[in-house]
Amino acid sequence: MSARERFDHEIQAIQNDFIELCNRSIETLENSFEALFQKNLEQAQQVIIQDVEINRMEEAINDRVIKLMTRQQPVATDLRRLIVLLKAASDMERVGDHAVNIAKEAIRIGNERFITSVELLEDMCYKSTEMLRQVVEAFVEENMSKAKEIAEYDDEIDEMYGDMIKHLMQLSSVVPENISQITYLSFICRFVERCADHATNIAEYLLYLKKGQRFDLNH
Amino acid sequence: MVELMIKNEKAKATIKTPSPMTSEHIQTVEKNTVVQTKGFNLWYGDHHALKDINLDIKENEVTAIIGPSGCGKSTYIKALNRMVELVPIVKTNGEINYRGRNILDPSYEVEELRTKVGMVFQKPNPFPKSIYDNIAYGPRIHGIKNKKILDEIVEKSLRGAAIWDEVKDRLNQNAYGLSGGQQQRICIARCLAIEPDVILMDEPTSALDPISTLKVEELVQELKDNYSIIIVTHNMQQAARISDKTAFFLNGEVVEFDQTDKIFSTPRDKRTEDYISGRFG
Repeated sequence: MSARERFDHEIQAIQNDFIELCNRSIETLENSFEALFQKNLEQAQQVIIQDVEINRMEEAINDRVIKLMTRQQPVATDLRRLIVLLKAASDMERVGDHAVNIAKEAIRIGNERFITSVELLEDMCYKSTEMLRQVVEAFVEENMSKAKEIAEYDDEIDEMYGDMIKHLMQLSSVVPENISQITYLSFICRFVERCADHATNIAEYLLYLKKGQRFDLNH
Repeated sequence: MVELMIKNEKAKATIKTPSPMTSEHIQTVEKNTVVQTKGFNLWYGDHHALKDINLDIKENEVTAIIGPSGCGKSTYIKALNRMVELVPIVKTNGEINYRGRNILDPSYEVEELRTKVGMVFQKPNPFPKSIYDNIAYGPRIHGIKNKKILDEIVEKSLRGAAIWDEVKDRLNQNAYGLSGGQQQRICIARCLAIEPDVILMDEPTSALDPISTLKVEELVQELKDNYSIIIVTHNMQQAARISDKTAFFLNGEVVEFDQTDKIFSTPRDKRTEDYISGRFG
């Protein structure tokens, strides 16, 4: 194997690690949603525990990228790819953190019944995981048009987030005795909305990787 | 209230004052072209070694020439001071204009050209003479005999090449006694002694250790304030570190010539990207 082939091989290996991190983070996020909606507190605990592994995976990617940068001194697309992997891994690790935050809120809500319909929140959760899955697909395929479509999803989620928060604020004056759960649900909405932002960031990184220019897809 | 109005008036006045030149403005000012190569071709016998070269070298900039072995980069810089003519089978056409005058014109005195366009080679090549005589050699050829003036030139050139402090107490010792890195800086000082306008450097650090390389690189950065520098290098990181513009040569052609930042981050041509990323060459 030539030096260049070894370099390509190592970049591919880091990219595979990144995809594995993505899958793990998305799965953990889905588990946190399930724990919330099905009031499965045991599962919520598991989400918190699983985050340790997600953090470890991100650190391993960082170490591999730094090592490769030091040894190979990459330029142009190679350099952009490594920087993008470093940044995208950080975004995916944050998705794992949001899953933990949601799991903690689920534990706080406990077995209390929801004081309002959470259908819109469920939709938000579904859309955000869909967005994350699609951005991973776009990344693997290096599909720029798919990356741009993801930004449109983000606008929808932002709108849903706005509606949900408005609804919860109104509710706080109607049932002030339930302010705790209203606060927990508001936080959860925020965490879900942030996950969608991370997906948009990764879509932006993909465009940067391909074009060498920065794009702002999150308007 | 009155005071507030005054403040507002002052603020308005401040806004109306034209803003001073920022570094951004200064960067947009186009520098003068010192060497302009127009449709230049060169043959070694039947071998077409340089094909239709068009390059504008700007004043007070470092221009790096990169490319695989045999791409014509050394031939190109040797054409800039007509050293390439020492090879008898060389034929050329096109133009190389130094400060607006075609150096390929037979009426152009080669001695005059080489006074203005100095050269530093891959391997340090001091003369087997004292450090002092190495530097004073060029000025003496140009007729300077006055010891005081020569002393001044020697000191100024050695300072300019960032080696004065290392050799000032042993100017009469043979230059061969210096380390490779010091010898190379002596050669640069020797080049500065004739007060050139352009300095050509053909892989000037390829025979040096990393510390000496760093010193020469720092020197290049300092020299560009007063000289225009064209450097051929096989070391891609060196080109990225020290040059303002980079030209990528391949098979005798200029594939891409642009700002160094652009070449090493987002090159336009796939062949440039493949070369700088180590995919061939």
